[in-house]
Amino acid sequence: MARPDIIRKRIADLRVPPNLADYAAARATFSWQAVRDELAGLPGGGLNIAFEAVERHARGPLRDKTAFRFLGAGASRDIGYGELSRLSNRFANVLRALGVGKDERLFLLCGRRPELYVAMLGGFKNGTAVSPLFSAFGPEPIATRIRLGEGSVLVTTDALYERKVAQIRGALPTLRHVLLVGEDGKTTNIPGTLDLAALMSQADDACDIAATAAGDLALLHFTSGTTGTPKGAMHVHDAVVTHFATGRYALDLHAEDIFWCTADPGWVTGTSYGIIAPLLHGVTSIVDEAEFDVERWYRILDEEKVSVWYTAPTAIRMLMKAGAEIAGKRSYPSLRFIASVGEPLNPEAVWWGREVLGLPIHDNWWQTETGGIMIANTPAFDIKPGSMGRPLPGIEAAIVRRDAAGNISLVDTPDSEGELALKAGWPSMLRGYLHDEERYRKCFAGLDNEWYLSGDLARRDADGYYWFVGRADDVIKSAGHLIGPFEVESALMEHPAVAEAGVIGKPDAVVGEVVKAFVSLRQGFAASETLRLELLGHARKKLGAAVAPKEIAFLPSLPRTRSGKIMRRLLKARELGLPEGDTSTLEAG
Amino acid sequence: MDENELRAAVIATLKAIAPEVAEGDLRADRPLRSQVDLDSMDWLNFLIGLHERLQVDIPEADYARLVTLGDVLDYLARKLA
Repeated sequence: MARPDIIRKRIADLRVPPNLADYAAARATFSWQAVRDELAGLPGGGLNIAFEAVERHARGPLRDKTAFRFLGAGASRDIGYGELSRLSNRFANVLRALGVGKDERLFLLCGRRPELYVAMLGGFKNGTAVSPLFSAFGPEPIATRIRLGEGSVLVTTDALYERKVAQIRGALPTLRHVLLVGEDGKTTNIPGTLDLAALMSQADDACDIAATAAGDLALLHFTSGTTGTPKGAMHVHDAVVTHFATGRYALDLHAEDIFWCTADPGWVTGTSYGIIAPLLHGVTSIVDEAEFDVERWYRILDEEKVSVWYTAPTAIRMLMKAGAEIAGKRSYPSLRFIASVGEPLNPEAVWWGREVLGLPIHDNWWQTETGGIMIANTPAFDIKPGSMGRPLPGIEAAIVRRDAAGNISLVDTPDSEGELALKAGWPSMLRGYLHDEERYRKCFAGLDNEWYLSGDLARRDADGYYWFVGRADDVIKSAGHLIGPFEVESALMEHPAVAEAGVIGKPDAVVGEVVKAFVSLRQGFAASETLRLELLGHARKKLGAAVAPKEIAFLPSLPRTRSGKIMRRLLKARELGLPEGDTSTLEAG
Repeated sequence: MDENELRAAVIATLKAIAPEVAEGDLRADRPLRSQVDLDSMDWLNFLIGLHERLQVDIPEADYARLVTLGDVLDYLARKLA
């Protein structure tokens, strides 16, 4: 079936008047200060994410409204704004009783259960910066991140602690306290840890929120680069201004919405839009504690009457694979807006939404570093399937080129490729990579370093729509998450059989890219299926399923540049059967 | 195929995706994905692997029922009966 290149929208067709109706006017009149003024601010001055997200509502008419509905294995559990306030107060008091202060860092490693949400908000209230980790990380990524972030407290479950943390605990000297949640609801009793429920039951319901300033560190989100260790992107309490504005414009949140963000808070989307933005708008959020399941997801959309749904291309493609029939067993009369983020959404998926669910899917673009949605398709405007949309109010984007000296020039010709850049200064922009000033500085260029360089290649068409082209570096994007090849290569190299390892992203129809590793072996080891499985198991044990390679192949040796760097690009070109490009720097032999 | 053979086939399929699994550590009555790190892609590959190895159709609509190792074994035993 031939499909047009554009999906036309008419405001009159929308069930709810859109928050962003006049694009040019909204951009022209927008100011971050005006948005900031809509928030309450701390009573004694200053700004705190948890105060805006929870207290503002808990002290007003939304006190008894459901903030989160957790869908677990059994019955669902609703937590209202008032209860969320009391629980997060208790958690802040738990931190205080343990002597955990403002300049320390709280790490979270936990499934999508109430304790995670309460701990994050309680951490903000205590002024302690919070770093959520994905629970599918293996021991090595966990250790690297807690070490880099100098975590002093970790909240995790008994099962995750025993499987992943106990073995690295000795290598984490800053980690003073581990607070455990019993996965089966029972009291935990593991040496060297504390039972969170017991501490919470002794803590007071009331607490004075720490007097945080807008520029104080609130969140530490780890992301991956091509080389070196993961980068800890630092976000401050002022980021809440962007979360509020983008919840309004990009997700079109209205007070009566039932919102479902399917991302895990271990990734930035699950924090900015799975926790903070919906609370800011006083809406009810659905949290599904279970893993992805086609039938379950359709049931949730239907039975929970989800009206705004924020999900990811991998999930959408898995739903598409399962077929339209299973979607057709349910109906979704409440659903009015679907958005997607993580990697570019292919046009087929945008159309699939329209044909199967009755609504096209709205792609948007942002990164860990940007802290919030920057470029988006929004309800009132035409969609060009395959495009990420246009910059939101308050965001100035550009296509730039860097020269050899590091200077940049703006590319104004429509449809020309270059690096996607953003004018610095929006509130949720990263304020640094922890302990890595140099890498942070490299993200900015131009006069007064006014442009943030995203590392994504893109083009802009004559109508101002942006189109993703690829990554400027070797970072792998799998199921919407960035994976640094270096972290994977390092883990493989720790195996005694491995002499060298090169890791690439291999294109995959469902998850975008899968991690594929090429290894050469040390003298005395021979390639075999047994060794391949052993290496796969080794990598999975260290890295966890989310980071470990899905495929491992043996090579006699890996291509290197004369300076000794493994040429991942060449490995990738060979894997894809593409021309190998400029190999003049390739080491002979 | 008897119970032991079926179990061996399921474990072998799982170990092709997650070779680090120690069979003795698996509890048949607990969610498999809380004991073994399997992301969505691994889980799908596991179910596809079972289909290929055992020639059993596992429709998408049944996935939600397959949570524990016990669930998987019971389901396959019924299908193969």
